Amino acid sequence: MKKFLIAMLCTPLMAFAAGGSVHLDKWPGSVADKAALQNGAKLFVNYCLNCHGASYMRYNKLMELGLTEQQVKDNLMFTADKIGEPMRIAGRAEEQKAWFGATPPDLTVIARARSSQDGSGADWLYTYLRQFYRDENRPTGWNNVVFENVGMPHIFWELQGEQILNKDHKLELAVPGKLPPKEYDQAVSDLVGFMVWMGEPMQEERKRIGWIVLAFLSVLFVFAYKLKKEYWKDVK
Amino acid sequence: MANTNFEKYKSDGSLGGNVLEWVDARFPLTAMWRGHLSEYYAPKNFNFWYFFGSLALLVLVIQIVTGIFLVMHYKPDASLNANGVPVAFASVEYIMRDVPWGWMIRYMHSTGASAFFIVVYLHMFRGMMYGSYRKPRELTWLFGVGIFLCLMGEAFFGYLLPWGQMSFWGAQVIVNLFSAIPLIGDPLSIWLRGDFVIGDATLNRFFSFHVIAFPLVLIGLIAAHILALHETGSNNPDGVEIKAKKDEKGIPLDGIPFHPYYTVKDIVGVVVFLMVFSAIMFFAPEGGGYFLERPNFFPADPLKTPDHIAPVWYFTPFYSILRAVVWPIFGIDAKFWGVVAMGASVVIFAFLPWLDRSPVKSIRYRGPIYKTFLTLFVISFFILGYLGTQSPSYWGEKISQLCSLIYFGFFLLMPWYSKVDKYRPAPERVTG
Repeated sequence: MKKFLIAMLCTPLMAFAAGGSVHLDKWPGSVADKAALQNGAKLFVNYCLNCHGASYMRYNKLMELGLTEQQVKDNLMFTADKIGEPMRIAGRAEEQKAWFGATPPDLTVIARARSSQDGSGADWLYTYLRQFYRDENRPTGWNNVVFENVGMPHIFWELQGEQILNKDHKLELAVPGKLPPKEYDQAVSDLVGFMVWMGEPMQEERKRIGWIVLAFLSVLFVFAYKLKKEYWKDVK
Repeated sequence: MANTNFEKYKSDGSLGGNVLEWVDARFPLTAMWRGHLSEYYAPKNFNFWYFFGSLALLVLVIQIVTGIFLVMHYKPDASLNANGVPVAFASVEYIMRDVPWGWMIRYMHSTGASAFFIVVYLHMFRGMMYGSYRKPRELTWLFGVGIFLCLMGEAFFGYLLPWGQMSFWGAQVIVNLFSAIPLIGDPLSIWLRGDFVIGDATLNRFFSFHVIAFPLVLIGLIAAHILALHETGSNNPDGVEIKAKKDEKGIPLDGIPFHPYYTVKDIVGVVVFLMVFSAIMFFAPEGGGYFLERPNFFPADPLKTPDHIAPVWYFTPFYSILRAVVWPIFGIDAKFWGVVAMGASVVIFAFLPWLDRSPVKSIRYRGPIYKTFLTLFVISFFILGYLGTQSPSYWGEKISQLCSLIYFGFFLLMPWYSKVDKYRPAPERVTG
């Protein structure tokens, strides 16, 4: 019987150990870092929100990043009049379809959608946003290592500079950008942090409540167990 | 029925005694309480495996209560909203973000779906190990198989509702299977969808099935399952009939009243289960991409087929059996035979009471052949489950064919091996 159970438990574990294809860099940030998330929010509304919506997300939720309503209105809210409105795109969907061939996806839950066996959604975004390279064969002039033939141009090219794919299929910085590579990586990390947070703004709260629930259940377990023991004393 | 007080109240029906007596004169409340709880005698030797029946009932309650609240904000609407996102998909995110505690209700429901299958699979496995399906409990088992079928339907319909990529394409693949049936296949699949593709009509009817039709049938079958069980009395890990040995009052010697003994014991089980459930729900609600599949965070897009369409984990063993059948027979498409094999792999459980010819019920007294077959069955079930999550491959196909053979072999060869296998005679009384 024991052997049988062990066999049952091991089979799926062995099976799930396989897999993996694209190499993704590990996202170095954390959703608990409020300052980084604020910086990420700034990058997001200045760069991403021009073409991508975040339409399940309301501007007033940004106040949870430690900002006042006025700060959100003055610094982050460019596509709405009221603080309770969703973060819509600045552009129009039909126009974008004409420009890029497809409507850019809504980014509210992109960090959740992009996770895979290769890594978390954060790892994917962190790698993707750093691996654009020059490719004259593409209509935008840009291609990407993680997302081949992507429709999106390199929106951060001024910050990162221009990378090329050399003969060994390695990325090389051909033209330096405004930011040194380390600072660029930091900026992308902050932006990814914001998208991870935005994918599930209640994620820290969820874990906090989880500990309270588990603590309560642990106490309840002690009582339930003692009650059972007390009743079962007389079962021979 | 204990309507002994009826005479006392017949004339005017006034409340002369206490409230309970008043009720009992009109409704068999005390009789039901006694018959199903305080004087329902369950074997005293239930082990770990016997927690999962009551846990399945708990998960049902969780699903119904959370479901009621989700329906208050969910919208089964496939049209695009002002931001170009399907209304149904956006309404789920609305629940997750803007409805107070909505995220918790939703995660309880999504984790509950997987938890339901985990406890039901363990509950079924218990029945197989200890021969609970054997005479005189065949009807309890058949109702159980009905519940399992219904649960699969319920889960399948529910999975379309978030209207994500996997919802859409999963439903597309499954409904398309019906088009493999000769002659009536194509009109049948159009009739099922209510459209030529999965669309708004499909979403609305699946919603209706998910929140009304199937829950009603499920609850009816569960009531029948429990009534049938309480008629015969529960089996136990020794597979002996405790009703065979009774004391002078007619109470089974190895039986103890379900209430309070098993109610207090099940409370312990419930608390431990809730701890595991909460750990998943609060710390890993996506279940590693198996409870909430990642591509389902992209809204349904009929123009973009995902690279790899995998059903949710609890369907994957059966999905693998479907894919394992690759040969057209009698000039009919292999897909059709795959559907037949998949259907058979679920329905075959219903025949267990008549396939098993062993003189003993419980695995404790069975011989090595049965134990080997059951072990191989469980291993192939897991391997099939794993392969069902993966993209098709040469070796995946070969292995799933072998595992499907073992899966069906376990059932179809049972009349033979359960008879010739060695066994030890079961004891007269339970061994604890």
